[in-house]
Amino acid sequence: MDYFLTEEQRLLQEIAYEIVKERIRPVRAELDEKEEFPWAIMRDLAQSDLFGIWIPKEYGGLGMGILENCLVVEQLARGCIGIATTFAASGLGAYPIVLFGSDELKRKYLPPIARGEKLAAFALTEPGAGSDVSAIRTRAVRVGDEYILNGTKQWITNGGEADIYSVFAITDPSKGPRGASCFVVEKGDPGFFFGKKEKKLGIRTSATRELVFNDCRIPRSRLIGKEGLGFIIAMKTFDKSRPGIGALGVGLAQEALDISVEYARKRIQFGKPIISFQVIQHKIADMAMKIEAARALIYSAARYLDTKADAPDASKIAAMCKVFASDVAVQVALEAVQVLGGYGYMRDYPVEKLLRDSKILQIYEGTNEIQRNIIGQELNKEYGRIKESFIR
Amino acid sequence: MHIVVCVKQVPETQNVKIDPTTNTLVRQGVASMMNPFDRFALEAALRIKDMDRDNVNITVITMGPPQAKEVLIDALSRGADDAVLLSDQAFAGADTWATSYTLASAIRKLGSVDLIICGKQAIDGDTAQVGPELATLLDLPYATYVSRIEFLEPRVLKITRQTDEGTAVWKVPLPALLTVLKDVGIPRVRSYRATLRARRYEVPIWGISDLRLSKESVGLKGSFTQVIKVFSPQRAKDRTFIEGSVSEQAARLYELLKKQGVPGL
Repeated sequence: MDYFLTEEQRLLQEIAYEIVKERIRPVRAELDEKEEFPWAIMRDLAQSDLFGIWIPKEYGGLGMGILENCLVVEQLARGCIGIATTFAASGLGAYPIVLFGSDELKRKYLPPIARGEKLAAFALTEPGAGSDVSAIRTRAVRVGDEYILNGTKQWITNGGEADIYSVFAITDPSKGPRGASCFVVEKGDPGFFFGKKEKKLGIRTSATRELVFNDCRIPRSRLIGKEGLGFIIAMKTFDKSRPGIGALGVGLAQEALDISVEYARKRIQFGKPIISFQVIQHKIADMAMKIEAARALIYSAARYLDTKADAPDASKIAAMCKVFASDVAVQVALEAVQVLGGYGYMRDYPVEKLLRDSKILQIYEGTNEIQRNIIGQELNKEYGRIKESFIR
Repeated sequence: MHIVVCVKQVPETQNVKIDPTTNTLVRQGVASMMNPFDRFALEAALRIKDMDRDNVNITVITMGPPQAKEVLIDALSRGADDAVLLSDQAFAGADTWATSYTLASAIRKLGSVDLIICGKQAIDGDTAQVGPELATLLDLPYATYVSRIEFLEPRVLKITRQTDEGTAVWKVPLPALLTVLKDVGIPRVRSYRATLRARRYEVPIWGISDLRLSKESVGLKGSFTQVIKVFSPQRAKDRTFIEGSVSEQAARLYELLKKQGVPGL
């Protein structure tokens, strides 16, 4: 379907998909098997300029928006969402600086991220603070011209591999959620350590590690925005990034459909290609419909959010993209394994990996349950403002 | 520093077909691509540019029909700065001599050039002659089958060559010409910014009048050699696949060879 993309947007898709074909598909199974971080592909992405997608032009980026980010990660996800997640997590880590960082922080950190020379990471989750983000315990105490950080972050994507971390910590415990702040911490800062790489069900090429802050001292100028802005920074960042998680789901589901249809046209059973059986046709029809619906939602939502920077329903719309498309990804990947049958279950074929990988999309960057809470609460508020009655 | 990379558009290898009546390559409707070895030549140049982005300029050059522009656009999309297409009816049918002669005239017209890099050979003609001929015509030192390029001094290269006798390490003063192997580095992907620029780049097209060459010195007329016949080798039809365990296969092979009267069996 034609989504009336501009020449520039089509070019982004083209370049990202070329990397998928030439660089990612040939190595994805091996990277998954060895749980090896995809540095070679990160270098390709750096050369392609794609790391600069939503970094402003004055800081060396391409100055683009949510839609362009979605277009790129969707294509990369056709190759491997472990790799696409690694790429997207760097953008996520940079976004607090893009949105709220001082000019000094932007000048120092954004150009190397845009060039792909350095990866960034976003550090919010803690052992005791997942869906309940207000429960974070990492403390930042100001002492003179420095902040001293203590605490532990858990399951941080790009942890240990990234050079630049946006870290959320409590500066004023008496203020609850309003007492959180966001800081830039660099790999190599004194008192900043990494745990071991976690072993995961899927996206095994991506690095997920614990971050440990043990009297970690950073200059005061590393505070992003102001003290107490932490949760606002996190939520505004998610409003920008969540459609991108949906786009990862669309890309993964598209790959699952592409493989399923190609296989069903070739696989002969009962003397015919299995695609001639209605049961298979209905499966692939459902897969294709769900994918197109998810894509249409994400592209229009992304366009809307790009045009209306302070949309009052931004969180709701972003959450819808994330939930809908990630659910589609899991359903479609599951069905793809069924279409391929025994072959789908074998590691020789790429769909079992798609199924393992897809599950994370319903969990990270806010579980789908939390997303539904956001949507539900927002609907409750919206309808509270409507005077008209629909029930007579 | 100015680097010239010579590239060639070749048919995609899977699609090579020969017209049985004319004995020439069927080019119409056949997808083409940059000669793979030339992609390594470009990569070698780009790696030198990576070391000093502001002071290294790369010009890609090709001779061919108008559609050969595609390989120049591809090279620009990967980071080359400029491109020149040598295209003229009179250039048609050139052998390696006439090709080198034309390329040499164009490179002289470009002005000061410090380094020329070519792929070791093109995968269609497989002659590996154009590089050395070009260097000879331009009176430049050259090294073929280069696997590694390093700088000893700003104007002196240390290059590693792979030859049938072994590995050779040479000191090469600039200006010079190198033909490279795939070992120089994996060709990079396209960049978004460079591709956007490449799409708007007006590739200059130089013909015989731009190069002040006579019709007699280029193309078929300027060639010392002519292709009389190109043909597909006859496929060997007697092919037998032997199956079974290793010992069964060995026994069967022994029988077959014996039946064919191989001496000593």
